[in-house]
Amino acid sequence: MLLSLRNVSKSYTTAEGRLEILKSIDFDLDAGESVALTGESGSGKSTLLHLAGGLDHPDTGQILSVGRDIAALEDQGRAEYRRTAVGLVFQQFNLIPSLDIGANISFHARLAGRHDPGWERELVQRLGIEPLLARYPDQLSGGQQQRVAIGRTLAARPPLVLADEPTGNLDEVTGDAVLDIMLSLTRSAGAALLMVTHSSRLAQRLDRRVHLHGGKIA
Amino acid sequence: MFWTAATALLSHWRCRPIQFATLVFGLSLATALWSGVQAINAEARASYARAASVLDQNALTQLVPRDGNSIPQATFANLRRAGWNISPVIEGDHRFGNVRVRLIGIDPLTTPGKVGGFEPDGSNDLAAFVSQPGVLIVSQATALKLSSHTDMQIKIAPDIPDGAAFTDIGMAERILERRGELSRLVVAPDQRPDLPALDRLAPEIAIKPPGDRPDVAQLTDSFHLNLTAFGFLAFAVGLFIVYATIGLAFEQRRATFRTLRSLGVSLSSLTLLLMTELLVLAFLAGLVGVMIGYFVASLLLPGVAATLQGLYGASVPGTLTIRPEWWATGLVVAIAGTIGSSAQSLWQVRRMPLLTAAQPRAWARARAVGIRLQLLGGLVLLITSAILAVFGHGLSTGFAVLGCLLLGAALMLPGVLSAFLALLQRQSSHALVTWFWADTRQQLPGLSLALMALLLALAANIGVGTMVSSFRLTFIGWLDQRLAAELYLTARDENEASRLRAWLPAHSTSVLPIWSVEGDVLGDRLQIFGAAANDSTYRENWPLLLGTADVWDRVAAGQGALVNEQLWRGKKLSIGNELALPGGWSVPVVGIYSDYGNPRGQVIVGIDALAAHYPNVPKLRYGVRIAPADAPALKERMTSEFGLPAENVIDQASLKRQSRAVFDQTFAVTGALNVFTLGVAGFAMFSSLLTLSGVRLPQLAPVWAMGITRRDLALLEMLRTLALWLATFVVAVPVGLGLAWVLLSIVNVEAFGWRLPMRIFPTDWLVLGLVALAAAIVSVVIPLRRLATIGPSDLLRVFANER
Ligand SMILES: Nc1ncnc2c1ncn2[C@@H]1O[C@H](COP(=O)(O)OP(=O)(O)OP(=O)(O)O)[C@@H](O)[C@H]1O
Ligand SMILES: [Mg+2]
Repeated sequence: MLLSLRNVSKSYTTAEGRLEILKSIDFDLDAGESVALTGESGSGKSTLLHLAGGLDHPDTGQILSVGRDIAALEDQGRAEYRRTAVGLVFQQFNLIPSLDIGANISFHARLAGRHDPGWERELVQRLGIEPLLARYPDQLSGGQQQRVAIGRTLAARPPLVLADEPTGNLDEVTGDAVLDIMLSLTRSAGAALLMVTHSSRLAQRLDRRVHLHGGKIA
Repeated sequence: MFWTAATALLSHWRCRPIQFATLVFGLSLATALWSGVQAINAEARASYARAASVLDQNALTQLVPRDGNSIPQATFANLRRAGWNISPVIEGDHRFGNVRVRLIGIDPLTTPGKVGGFEPDGSNDLAAFVSQPGVLIVSQATALKLSSHTDMQIKIAPDIPDGAAFTDIGMAERILERRGELSRLVVAPDQRPDLPALDRLAPEIAIKPPGDRPDVAQLTDSFHLNLTAFGFLAFAVGLFIVYATIGLAFEQRRATFRTLRSLGVSLSSLTLLLMTELLVLAFLAGLVGVMIGYFVASLLLPGVAATLQGLYGASVPGTLTIRPEWWATGLVVAIAGTIGSSAQSLWQVRRMPLLTAAQPRAWARARAVGIRLQLLGGLVLLITSAILAVFGHGLSTGFAVLGCLLLGAALMLPGVLSAFLALLQRQSSHALVTWFWADTRQQLPGLSLALMALLLALAANIGVGTMVSSFRLTFIGWLDQRLAAELYLTARDENEASRLRAWLPAHSTSVLPIWSVEGDVLGDRLQIFGAAANDSTYRENWPLLLGTADVWDRVAAGQGALVNEQLWRGKKLSIGNELALPGGWSVPVVGIYSDYGNPRGQVIVGIDALAAHYPNVPKLRYGVRIAPADAPALKERMTSEFGLPAENVIDQASLKRQSRAVFDQTFAVTGALNVFTLGVAGFAMFSSLLTLSGVRLPQLAPVWAMGITRRDLALLEMLRTLALWLATFVVAVPVGLGLAWVLLSIVNVEAFGWRLPMRIFPTDWLVLGLVALAAAIVSVVIPLRRLATIGPSDLLRVFANER
């Protein structure tokens, strides 16, 4: 088991009071597996992804991922986990605006200590972003930016890729193209993928699909 | 409609109170520094004027008794009858109760000029002035002390020194019991051309020429000129904040502007609204600024007052009143500054297209292009400054050099930093380090104004600090030369002087005559001093700017003359030039000496030559060398045994102590101003960092998501600020030294005719660096705390769709 959530709960305190978002969730993900996470807006998809990515703390429960008990880790340990074990792709603002595309691609891999120029070159070619390497993020279209984000994530060879609506900001055609590349690349890299999406059409293309509803996995 | 649009515009400030505070505070501080310095200078000048206005005694020629006592009424009558337009003065100390004042009796009908703001010949006043019980014209402070001690009518005039009282000459004669003995005669500026010569009419009186202001006055003038330049710099630093804040506030309201315009608010109405908003803000901030400036000035003024007391014996009344003209100039400066720093933003609003969406990144990119243009502009200004420094003449050129230097350096700073950071980025191989430099570079456009303000503040600090310290060292060194002897004596008459000459050698190591005559040299009337050049005192204590090897031997032998720097520069003399002296003899110039604070040229020849060529030279003043420990005892004996009045014996130790105290006070003033300026720059830094921390999240969140802790990110932010600060400081040192050099070697030479040697004080920079570092750290602490304690959900929100 690459990732397993046991009895995980998460709530937010807001002006209207305590909001229970996730209620004793159990969830498992195998190495190399790809899973789509669906659910209506506000159901807690992103929240779950953030917990799995070590970006946020659960209230209760246990999260075992890539051999670590993340819920028990301190800031430092969770940072190390993000650096070396997961790759995160968000809907937007994935790239570092002050670095050019080439530096962005290798950034995570360098941080993780897994810089591999040959692998990066291959990724760049397969993503079709070779001509963009000297540009800066704000000189790229949304689809191009997401392709770079995927390349950057996979360049670090994480065993687990977490993606939160990576194509949500893109039109259908571009979105499909980006997703194709993402799926084929994670498969060939042997990484597991947990992807949040609103679209059942996209969800169907993954190995498995789980649905969040009322704080539970249905 | 107007009002509705205005509320929409103004609501921006409600959402961003810190930005609002920054704008008002920045403008207030700028105005405060400006008006504070103005107030200090104005008050100081008023006090000089008061001190110097004792019957304009420094501005007019006077006739004084040769033997030091008094002028008989008959002499005065003789001169008047011969056609001399002169006015008598009776002067002396008098106690009213326990209050001692210097009573100056004048003749209201003949006195040239007016006394203070009071014109004695105004019709009503005149009658009261000359008749019983008489009138005393005094300063406010003196009036308070005197009021219960005399039944004479007391009138207050603005520019009378404290402790002096003007009255009718008849009253003074009676009060001082002079019986027709006059103290001096003031010579009116308008005289008949063919006047009979004085030495034939009245050989017993001497002419005292005008214009001999106290030596130190000019030194202080020079200091105040520099202080004004400093005040201006401080103001410029403040304006940088205002410029940056207005730019930001306009940028953030672009969407509002566009909405308003699409809702039918015309461009001119929008511009009008924005102008009104700015002017109201400027007015309010200006009011606050003048008040802060007043407060600053009154905090510093005790120092200034003490300074003046030390220099002129004139006291500044303890309280400072805000004068109407300060309000006026303060507000004008604030409003002009606001208009100046908002012009660009307003212009951009006018040219803003109605349809394109706001593009903050595109804007930042445009700023990056701006950095390159700035670099070019800065370079042009620096070159201009250098060209002006080499080829220019005149005081205004000096200030132009100053302005070009500072503005050029400030403009170039972001570009230079950017190039430097790009280099570091290329040099580094570690991903995080590369990112660190790249990200720092990306912050530059947003921070550049704050950094420029910091550069100006630091450079002004280093420059003014170097200037004041050089001043102090030079001045004290100069005093050491001038006051090499342990005691200075002035005999009251020739008789006493010859007794002194007989008595002194047995009681001291050596006696140095200080004799001088007035005469025309190279077309100017100046003083010719005699020096006992054989005495080791001169060889050891008078460092020369230029001179031949055997200077003192040649002076002693009467075969050479020394000239002061003013004469040397003014007449473009060089060593070896033959100098024609009055009385038909001439000697070659063998050396140049510095003579700070003296407005006029001066010549020194051997004492024997002086006595030989001018047998009538008054031989009243002497310097006495003696072991310093024995000086107080000798001083005591001079008064008790020899009978010389105490004020005719001056010991140099106390003179030097006084001068040092004066400079310590001026140090206090500049020190305080330095801290204020740095505070302003620190505040600019703080507000920029705070503003940036708002737009930083999208830049930092990806790095955090990839596994860098918030604590490390905060640490890096701190390092970034420190790196920028350090780089700015490194640039500020040469700019500051350049500033000091321009002040000392160009502005001062153009304004006063002498150059102050520049001394360098690296330890001062260290202190300044530490203070600035503290300011930088304080400015980064709040934005940093925000970052270090930011909740993950805030960082995560960056990635969510709500953005
Ligand atoms: N920091 C927060 N504070 C308070 N409430 C929050 C916070 N973050 C999320 N929520 C709430 O938690 C719920 C779940 O949020 P989450 O972002 O996980 O939903 P989601 O399933 O990703 O929705 P969407 O499909 O719209 O992205 C929402 O109701 C949201 O308002
Ligand atoms: Mg979501």
